[in-house]
Amino acid sequence: MTESPEDLAVALDAVGYLADEGLATAGFLAMRLHRPLFCEGEPGTGKTSLALALASALDLPLVRLQCHEGIDAAQALYEWDFPRQLLHLRALEAAEGGRLDAETAERSLYTERFLLARPLLRALTTAPCVLLIDEIDRADDEFEAFLLELLDEYTVTIPEYGEIRAETPPLVVLTSNRTREVHDALKRRCLYHWLEHPDLPREVQILRRRIPGVSEAMAEQVAEAVHRLRAMELLKPPGTAESLDWARALLALGRDELDAAAAARTLGAVLKYSEDLDRVRAKLDALFA
Amino acid sequence: MDTETVGPLAGYAGFAAALREAGVACDARRVQAYLAAVAEVDIAAPTQLYWAGRLTLCSDPDDLPLYEEAFARWFEVEPAPRGRTANQAERRARIAPLIASSGGESDGGESSDSLRVAASDHEILRHRDLAELTTAEREHLRELLATLHPVLPQRKSSRRAPAHHGRLDPSRTLRAMLADGGEPVRLIRSRGGTRARRVVLLIDVSGSMSPYADALLRFAHVLTRANPAGVEVFTLGTRMTRVSRQLRQRDPELAMLAAGTAVPDFAGGTRLGETLRVFLDRWGQRGFARRAVVTVFSDGWERGDPSLLGDQLARLRRLAHAVFWVNPHAGREGYAPVQSGIVAALPHIDRLLAGHSLATLERLLGEIADA
Repeated sequence: MTESPEDLAVALDAVGYLADEGLATAGFLAMRLHRPLFCEGEPGTGKTSLALALASALDLPLVRLQCHEGIDAAQALYEWDFPRQLLHLRALEAAEGGRLDAETAERSLYTERFLLARPLLRALTTAPCVLLIDEIDRADDEFEAFLLELLDEYTVTIPEYGEIRAETPPLVVLTSNRTREVHDALKRRCLYHWLEHPDLPREVQILRRRIPGVSEAMAEQVAEAVHRLRAMELLKPPGTAESLDWARALLALGRDELDAAAAARTLGAVLKYSEDLDRVRAKLDALFA
Repeated sequence: MDTETVGPLAGYAGFAAALREAGVACDARRVQAYLAAVAEVDIAAPTQLYWAGRLTLCSDPDDLPLYEEAFARWFEVEPAPRGRTANQAERRARIAPLIASSGGESDGGESSDSLRVAASDHEILRHRDLAELTTAEREHLRELLATLHPVLPQRKSSRRAPAHHGRLDPSRTLRAMLADGGEPVRLIRSRGGTRARRVVLLIDVSGSMSPYADALLRFAHVLTRANPAGVEVFTLGTRMTRVSRQLRQRDPELAMLAAGTAVPDFAGGTRLGETLRVFLDRWGQRGFARRAVVTVFSDGWERGDPSLLGDQLARLRRLAHAVFWVNPHAGREGYAPVQSGIVAALPHIDRLLAGHSLATLERLLGEIADA
């Protein structure tokens, strides 16, 4: 159904995600070449929401793995359900009058019944699906190494159980905020996309599309103000998520335009550091002159 | 651009080769992906061709400007890859002598005393000021630096390892129960392990620090080799340069040469506050400085606004686990922290340390390990 990047852009548009040509091509090639898509860029440029949008545009289930420091295979792939295994073992014992054949017991304990699928295993067994591996830069390098095999073959081997292979490779999106350099071996297996903040017209479009009640004029004012803020060398320049929050905050207060007074009341939706708030407050009148 | 200028497969491979020459590390695997991608997109559309290459051949934001330039040249303009190479050669030539001179600045007529130095005691050399060493002493110092054994600071990790004491490990216990016929005879426990804490070194390479730059970079190399993934090194001067990648090479001479090539502002001015802000914006806040042990090597001669430096150090202090400031002059007799930069920095650092000799650098290693 998606025969070209344009088709994919149309499908994404239909679910409210405005992809530029680069993003559409990235998604299209990831599907066609069965390669994971590695997305990097400033926070708030739409890396995570791309995966969500791809899932709904392609009508596929989304499986999400949030990475964190110390994440390991047990949390990401599978675990054995220990309490239920224990109960089962006791039941076996009771049934056999306290005499247990270790080999039979072991065989019945390590079956799918007691296997708790974590996101990666779930993605392999439910594929086709979209697998989002979010903020891979937070995981340790051991975890990256563990991912290599999975992303190459879309297969995992569980020692007590056997091999599990995805019938259709999942569409994998990895995101990174560059808090740490991700190993080249992982990047080599992926398509690489660097996301920028959207340009002004696109940001206006995004605001119009995502927030039903927003007027054209207000969308333009918010987008322009956010672009001016991004040029101010703040500690945390606002992303698209912040523009959306800002417009929503203004609507919630019943405002239909963004002026210095309205901005002063709602700046907390856009700026997340007190230093940034101080700097912008001092220049508020100039910003909205 | 139109379709006629787009050659067959060889043309694409040639483009990949030109890109590699321009400095983008695209290996065979990436080129393979590129050729597969080109087959999937509409090559008559220049933007699709652009994206097919950018998505498959690049892997870092730093690659993107190189790609842009190479793409424009290869597919739109007449291919003229010579220009760029000449440019690069010129840049190297301008920088290389600077690092060479910073390595042997004070050697004037002293090279004749190499014999005396060869016999000189390690102990004496350990306490000599790095800026006042003769060429032979520098040679000797390099060997001594290579024998340092840095111990990196540790932090707790959430990964658990089997242990005699600690929390019960259910899955291993179950396995043991199976082996014991279903009885919980052995309770297997686990406890949290430790991991190396990240160490960040920020080395001032401005003019006033240039007698120390070579030794400090070598010191940074020794630390980097001890844990290549956990040590990050940046140089500060008129601008900020990341040299971690260059210093990860095993051979110290090659590493120093690569670092020297990468740093464009050796022996220039200092704008500590501004460069520190660039470091924090681009790397520090995102993660490099978070819960890391950060050491700033600088004499604190700030040409810019000292209050900016103070603000940035306060920010760094909030991100980092510990912040050390190493000043080569702090070990000298009669030193008082009066330089504008140091005065601004003092309220925001954990320790002000001397760093003018090998002995003081060894002490610094101890401080870093205990941080």
